[in-house]
Order: sequence, then C-alpha cells, then structure tokens
Amino acid sequence: MQRIGVFVCWCGSNIAGTVDVQAVSDALAKEPGVVFSTNYQYMCSQAGQDMIKNAIKEHNLTGVVVCSCSPRMHEATFRKTATSAGINPYMVEIANIREQCSWIHKDMAEGTEKAIVLGRTAIAKVHLNAPLVPGESPVTKRALVIGGGIAGIQTALDIADAGFEVDIVEKKPTIGGKMAQLDKTFPTLDCAACILTPKMVDVAQHEKIRIFSYSEVEHVAGFVGNFDVTIKKKARFVKEDVCTGCGLCTEKCPQKKVPNEFNLGMDNRRAIYIPFAQAVPKVATIDADYCTMLKTGKCGVCSKVCTAKAIDYTQKDEFIEEKYGAIVVATGFNPISMDKFDEFAYSQSKDVITSLEFERLMNAAGPTAGKLVRPSDGVHPHKIVFVQCVGSRCASCAEKGKEYCSKICCMYTAKHAMLTRDKYPDTDVTVFYIDVRTPGKQFDEFYRRAVEEYGVHYIKGMVGKVSPEGNKLIVQGSDLIANKQLKIEADLVVLAAAIEPDKSARPLATMLTASMDTNDFFTEAHPKLRPVESPTAGIFLSGACQGPKDIPETVSQAGAAAAKVIGLLSKDKLTGNPCVAHSDEMMCNGCSSCEKVCPYGAITYQDKEFRGPNRTTLIRRVAQVNEAVCQGCGCCTVACPSGAMDLKGFASKQIMAEVDAICK
Amino acid sequence: MENSKKDLCNEIIRRSGVNPRKCMKCGKCSGTCPAYDEMEYHPHQFVYMVETGDIEPLLKSKSIYRCLSCFACIDRCPRGVEPAKIVEAVRLSVIRQQDNNHLKADDLPAMLDEELPQQAIVSAFRKYTK
Amino acid sequence: MQVNEYKPKIVAFCCNWCSYAGADLAGSNRLSYPAEVKVIRVPCSCRVNPMFILRAFQRGADGVILCGCHPGDCHYTSGNYYTRRRMALLFSMLEYLGIEKERTRVEWVSAAEGAKFAQTMNDFVATVKSLGENKRLEDLRCKR
Repeated sequence: MQRIGVFVCWCGSNIAGTVDVQAVSDALAKEPGVVFSTNYQYMCSQAGQDMIKNAIKEHNLTGVVVCSCSPRMHEATFRKTATSAGINPYMVEIANIREQCSWIHKDMAEGTEKAIVLGRTAIAKVHLNAPLVPGESPVTKRALVIGGGIAGIQTALDIADAGFEVDIVEKKPTIGGKMAQLDKTFPTLDCAACILTPKMVDVAQHEKIRIFSYSEVEHVAGFVGNFDVTIKKKARFVKEDVCTGCGLCTEKCPQKKVPNEFNLGMDNRRAIYIPFAQAVPKVATIDADYCTMLKTGKCGVCSKVCTAKAIDYTQKDEFIEEKYGAIVVATGFNPISMDKFDEFAYSQSKDVITSLEFERLMNAAGPTAGKLVRPSDGVHPHKIVFVQCVGSRCASCAEKGKEYCSKICCMYTAKHAMLTRDKYPDTDVTVFYIDVRTPGKQFDEFYRRAVEEYGVHYIKGMVGKVSPEGNKLIVQGSDLIANKQLKIEADLVVLAAAIEPDKSARPLATMLTASMDTNDFFTEAHPKLRPVESPTAGIFLSGACQGPKDIPETVSQAGAAAAKVIGLLSKDKLTGNPCVAHSDEMMCNGCSSCEKVCPYGAITYQDKEFRGPNRTTLIRRVAQVNEAVCQGCGCCTVACPSGAMDLKGFASKQIMAEVDAICK
Repeated sequence: MENSKKDLCNEIIRRSGVNPRKCMKCGKCSGTCPAYDEMEYHPHQFVYMVETGDIEPLLKSKSIYRCLSCFACIDRCPRGVEPAKIVEAVRLSVIRQQDNNHLKADDLPAMLDEELPQQAIVSAFRKYTK
Repeated sequence: MQVNEYKPKIVAFCCNWCSYAGADLAGSNRLSYPAEVKVIRVPCSCRVNPMFILRAFQRGADGVILCGCHPGDCHYTSGNYYTRRRMALLFSMLEYLGIEKERTRVEWVSAAEGAKFAQTMNDFVATVKSLGENKRLEDLRCKR
C-alpha cells in the first residue's frame, strides 16, 4: 500500500475562487492510502515546495498528488521537488484543477465536486505508479553527413571544428552540390565558386573530416547515439589515394561523346572525367556506361597515359561499415523536369532553357566560357524572356508541378535579368511574374534595382504559350495590368523551374525512419521550435531537403543542425524518457503485431529460452523494446493481442483505475 | 435585386462546378487564350468577376459567344480553376432565358460559308440557342 | 433543485500533445463547458485501448469522447490514424451492442483549438444528456 500525500493549491484566487480548497483536501484525506492532506496558497512557490518536501520526510510518503494547474505547467517542478526529498520523480501525479476545473466553472459547488473527482482520479493512478528510471545509452562520437552540397559542407565543418569526427557521403564524384554550378549569388552578386571552393578545400584538409565521394548510404540500423551505417563506395575504377588529379587521362580518352551532367548536357565530356577544375576530391572517375575498355575490353588509353598508375579496371563496389552517433540529412534539391510542360516548348526548342542551364551559360567555366549565346546557333540573343513560377504554385496536376512556392526563383530571376543587362546592355529583358516574392535582407532592394537601374521589364501575368517560329520564339502571355495579350518575339526563353527534393531522399527517409511530407521534403520535429531536427531522434536536417531554401538560409540551418549534433555528441550518455513500452516476455507470443505499428522501429524480436514442463527448455520468439528508440506513444500496447505490451507511466491498469475513479 | 444577382452568381458557380476562389490571378488562362482579341472580357476576368459577383456586364457581353471552348485555359491553369466552364455557365444562364437566342434560325443562311462543315453549323446552332 | 437534474458521466481521453493542450487553452481562455466532462491524459490517442472504453461503459459512463491531434499532425507521426481505424471498428461494435453511436465520439483538437474543445464538449454533453442514462453495458455489480 502506498502512503500518499495530497497537496491542494489555491493558486491565489485562481483555484480558490471557484473551488473550496479546504473541502477538497478534507475529502481527499479520506481516500484510501492518503496519510496526509493539506492546502496552500501557492504550491509551486519555495514555501509550497518545502511543505511537500517536509511532508514526504515526516510522513514517509511514497506517492504525491498535487492538485494544481496543468501538468504541462508544473509537473517537472513537482517531480524535482520529490526527487530532492528522496522519492522517485515518477511517483508524483498532478490533478489539473485549474485549467480543466476552476477556470471553466463558475459554480463553487460544481467546481469543488469536480476537483474532488479529479483528485481521486490522480490518487487512484498513484496507487499503481512504480518508480521509473530512465534508460541510458552510450554515444558514438562521430557524425555522418549525407550530401556534400553547401548544406552538408557547412554542417560538417561546424561539427568538425567542435572537435568531433565527421564523414560526408556524396553520391557524385565531387562535393560542392548545386552551388558549384551557380555563377553569381544574390543579393550581393559574389561569385559562387569564389565563396564555395575555399570551403570545399577546408573540408578536404580538415583532419576530422572524411569524404566518401561517389558513395551512397546502403543501410542504416540502430538508434540515436548508436547508428550502424553501411556505405556503398561505388567503383570509380581509379585508385583515389594514388590519382594526382593531373587530368591527363581526361584529355586523352578517345570517348568524347558523353553528355556532361555538370553543364546539364549542354556540352560533352570524356568517359573518364573530373567534373570541374576545383573538384574535391580531385580524382578522375570512369563512367562505366561509356568507357570502351570496360564495355569491350579494348582501349586502355587512360591506363597507358597515367604516370601515377592509378587506373584499376577491376575495381569493385566497396562496402564500408561505420558507427555514428548522429546523422545529418543534407540531400538537397533538383529542378523539376520540364517534359510535361508542352506549352513552353522546352523539348521542342534548344533555345528554351531552365534557369540552372542559364546559370551554366553565364558561368565562365561553363560550356560557352561565360558568353551568353543561344544554344541552338551560338548567336547572341537580343531579346530574352524569363518566365517565373514554372511548375511552382501549381495545384492542378501533381505529376506536372508542385503546389508550393519554390522560394528562390524570384530572386535568381532578378539576378539573371540584372546580370544580363549589366553584361549586355543591348539585350532586352522581360520577366513574366505572378507575384514577386522578395522577403529577406536586401532582397526587395535587389529586385527594385533590376527594374529601376537596369531597366528590366517586369510584366504581371503568365505566359500561356511559347511557339518556335523560324529562329525566333513567339511568347504569348497576358499583361494583367494593361489587360492585354502580348505576343513577344524572343531569342531565348528562360524558365524558372520549380525545385523538388532529390529523388534519393525518399528511400533514405525509409532507411532512417524519418518522416516526410507529401512533397518528399523531410518534416521537422516542430515547424517553429525544432526546425532542424527530424521527429526521429538523432536525425538532423540541413538545407533544401527540408524545404526550398536559398544559400544564406541553408548555411544558417546547416550551422543550427551542427549545433544540435554537437550538443548530442558532447554527451557521454543519453538519458531517455522512462515512460516507454515494455513487453512481458512470459505473455508475448511473438506475433509481430506491435512491431508493425511502431513508427520508430523500436521493437525487435529475440529467440529466448524459457523453462518448459519436466525440465525441458523451450525457445520462444519474444518482443523486445529498445528503450532508447521508443518515444512512448503506446500504439503497440493496443495492437498487442495478448496484453504483453504495456506502457510505463501510462499502464493499462493505471488508466483503468482512472476510468473507475471518474465513473464512481 | 441584390439577392437575385447573388443567386444567379451562386447558380453559375454551381452549374460550372468551378471554385473561383482557387484562382491565384496569374493570368495564364488569358495568356493562352486563342480568342483573346475577340473577347471584351477575358478568361481571367470571367473568373474574377464571378468571384466578386460582378456578373451583369458578363451577361450582356458578346464575349460569351467568342469563347471557342478549346479548353486551353483548363489545360494550362496551374490551380485547376477551369475558366472555360465558367464562361460556359454564364452563357447557359443567358441563353436559357426567354428570347435570348444568340442565333436565330432565320439569320443563319446569310452567315453560311461553303467551306464550313455542316456539323460545325449544327453544333454552333445548338450551342447558341436553347 | 439541482438534485433532480440528470448529470451524465463523461470520460474524455485527450492526447498529451494536442488535445490536452487544447483543453488547457480552453481553460486559460475561460471558455466554459460542463463539469461532467473529466479528462484523462494519455500520451497519444493511439494509447487508448478499446478496453478502456468498454470499462468506462461497464462502470456506468454515459459517454466517452476521444480527442487527438489532427490527422497528419500526430506527435508520433501516425498514432491518430490507428486510433481512427480502431475506433471506427469499436464504435460500430458498440452500436451493435446497443450503445447509441452518439455516446461515443472521436474528435481532432489541436493545441490551438481551445474554442473547438469547449464547443465540442458542450455539444457532446448536450447530445448525451438528450439520450439519457446509459444502462446497456453497466455492470450492476460495480454499483455500490
């Protein structure tokens, strides 16, 4: 039998105004197991807490019921009080007689009656409370960053600078991501490479950072602090540690007709290649789909010219197993495919390009060495039309576009328009927009400068149709302010394509048991208060994998994710929430019902020996809950057909005792 | 009077099955419309005016007979608003009234064109009369 | 005068993250609802075993309401979907047993919907009151 103390709080007049606190404490004193009952003006005050502490000691209390405000307010306070008086914090229950009683009822008799029932309910629960001790698990002091774009780079650098080891897994042959493909960055117009490549070098030279380039995450097991990850290092047929990155092989390779994905297929590269001059690691990679040697066994030019003897045609995919304490997802974004937008003639005309392709056309290291020319005939365009919101804010057809605003297009279109007018004042630039959305520091000023200083024509309206006629493109769109339909003869049309999460994100989310929204963006633990954590403990989010983001936002989120990782890795042990599920092995029949409903993958099965009749041993399959992973939702307890699964702190017996007390 | 206008407006919305509030006013329907220059009120204006209840001018306008029902606006609308259905609903509410035929059988011979397929004449006649 | 008035017993299960906070908000905003409603806090609406609801009716409850986060907003990502399916089954079984379906209800109340919580409770209590006392499942041995 528990020895329970009841403490009724007045909360000034907040509770005492509509509840007769004396009557409540008197009534509850008569409940079975209650050995002490009192009331006080402010239980949460120092004096009130001392009163609880003294009562625990004087009356040898084993359980405490505080009738006060919501447990969401002061449960933690009273648990601490109980701990300091020497009893387990989970022996404290709160009866919510303020938010759910005194504040909603006007009548004193009614309020008092309800408060007594609520107090009785809490007492009924405390009778069945058991001391709970949170589980502890060790932390592997190493982080994994998935994705080597600016988000991954910044997160890795910040974690490594704090002294923890970091591995970056990047599926492409080099880190750098989308930012490496950009020309200039808004709103300051810094050259993207000038600010990104030093960071890439920092990553390469940092003693705490390892880069697994041309690699993918193959398998993830474990839980916060203790992830077991298998990384697949794809065969690049070049010995990474031997290759000097001299690039001789990439000049001599006879297979010249491979579309260069770094330039979005606007020019060609060789079958052995280094994506761009500042690639990190600067190591050649053989494209097995195009290499003559790998396909037919006849060629071997690269191996002959390589003075370092780095070429190895027999290389196989390699699997690396590593332990991590935290995982950061930084898988980034891609522009959506324009194939479904027939009205813009993207697949009909080479001169209709996406903004990322325009970015490469303007880039000094791009296919045209930075000269803005039409992809079809290499002629300088005199009239360029930019179309915004292509596929963004498109709710009509999920296969075609995306319902959300891609956020970055307004700004990069303004940037493109401005840069074009700056470099080529003879080129006329028109932008079709629905709304210009420029919230951000110096963003609207930037857009206004494009209009006011650079004379870019902004037209409110959408383009309905682009039709190639001769070597021109006829752009038909509406001008909503003039209430006119326009037909513009353009030389080049640039589509601001919506962005979507990288395709690798969905399978990765399944592996990590991290949740995603309907657009395949990773969901955060709380949209406002925990924006860089996934609801799954130990998984953190960085950059555009969580939602469309520009570079400044990505970098700040990357830093925030790093701070959260550092906070996790600096702990030696993790204490969990003790209110977790627990399976009674004697009752479990190993049916897997609980495992199927668990959103965290916290339940596993083990074959265990049990003593059978006549000194035999039986082997039975029983459920085991990993307390570090379980978040305590209790879904499994209801799914369990044999009643073996129960939730500590919210046990079935406790809840039924509460039901009984209410219905008495 | 106000009420009957409101009723008519609701009737048009009901009949068309279109929710004009879904429109984000991008103007792609009017950007894409091949009959734009023939129309006094353009597809995006139809949606907007029905949304705001300003349908009187639409009922009087010849624009309702200029829409080709090619459905380009329906196909390309990013929000799935379907402006052509609104135009059709406005047209129906006009021609369903007594003596509001846009075409009269007697006027037809003068408008005939040798090149025009018979079927097109019949369907146009059906469309613009009760 | 009030002695004769019928007072139903109503058990409300509220998930800790949304509905319980919504109930607290109703209190903070002083939005009144009948005192017959007594809330039991559970971590997630999916913690509510159909057994608890049967127990409540057995012990003489006149109505049971279950509140959780809105679909898609569950703190535990998917708990309320399980709740929805389990309760659909349970409630149809209860109706078969003669417990009117108006006596049981699942509502989604977010932490910001204090007004909705109060409104729901007012409405639910009025409905249960109009049905009168529940005698169908009550175990008379439990009566003292």
